[in-house]
Amino acid sequence: MSADDVFILIDGAATSEVPARRIEALAAGGERPFAVDHEERVACLGVAAATRSAALASLEAPDFALPDLAGRLHTLSEQRGRKVLLVAWASW
Amino acid sequence: MLYEELGESGFTVITVALDKSADDARPWIDAARPSHPSLIDTRHLLADLYHIVNVPTVVWIDEDARIVRPNDVGFGTDTFKHITGLESAKPLAALRAWVRDETPAFTETEIRGLQRLPTRDDQQARAEFALGEWLARHGRPEAAARHFARAGELAPHDFTIRRGTMPLRGIDPMGPEFRQMLGEWTAAGHRYYRPLPDTRG
Repeated sequence: MSADDVFILIDGAATSEVPARRIEALAAGGERPFAVDHEERVACLGVAAATRSAALASLEAPDFALPDLAGRLHTLSEQRGRKVLLVAWASW
Repeated sequence: MLYEELGESGFTVITVALDKSADDARPWIDAARPSHPSLIDTRHLLADLYHIVNVPTVVWIDEDARIVRPNDVGFGTDTFKHITGLESAKPLAALRAWVRDETPAFTETEIRGLQRLPTRDDQQARAEFALGEWLARHGRPEAAARHFARAGELAPHDFTIRRGTMPLRGIDPMGPEFRQMLGEWTAAGHRYYRPLPDTRG
């Protein structure tokens, strides 16, 4: 990497452009998982296992917002007051 | 979907397709004509939040958004019983009983005892998957494949990655590559589906 290189950094739904030195700092290690493709100059910051585990162990169902086929967003929290069967499936 | 036959008020199903595009999920959703939210999760956000490693996975969530029964295999019918060995009648009866408040809930200790929680490798695999998914969506399939492969090495039990990325790589997820992967997995002594020990609701 040259000091002038700019990477795309993916963090959840957000992407930003960051300088190479930031990528070096992230790659050096930290709490959050970090994946990088030096050739393509794209990187991704994930969520730490400790964060996800603590949330799940609290037994509070994590909220989310996802689209239906029409592109309309739905959340778990809008179902508050109802029992919910959450089913993850796939065409594969 | 069979769950809808419960027809209860105060209860809903939310289905989430861990598919690469709405088009992949659409035929199934259109055929089911559900009245509940049928959502598309191309970036596998739900898999990350709930530590989902295969499909179908079901979670029971109560009126206060508490997990009352954690991740389990959940086939709503016996359509695939000859492949999976998993029957639907007992789990559906347990679900019906829960919806009708006819059974005592698991204690929090029991629920936590049944939960599997993600490891550092699981989360690293998810970061590699997310990077690969972005690269695939932006026209860099070879680069994407490298990261999907790395993710599969880190979390070989995560079939939302190992099988779920096959369509993005132009591989038939029902075809010979999948059968070989499954054969190697079971030959090593692992199960592809890991249902919870009982269906008490």
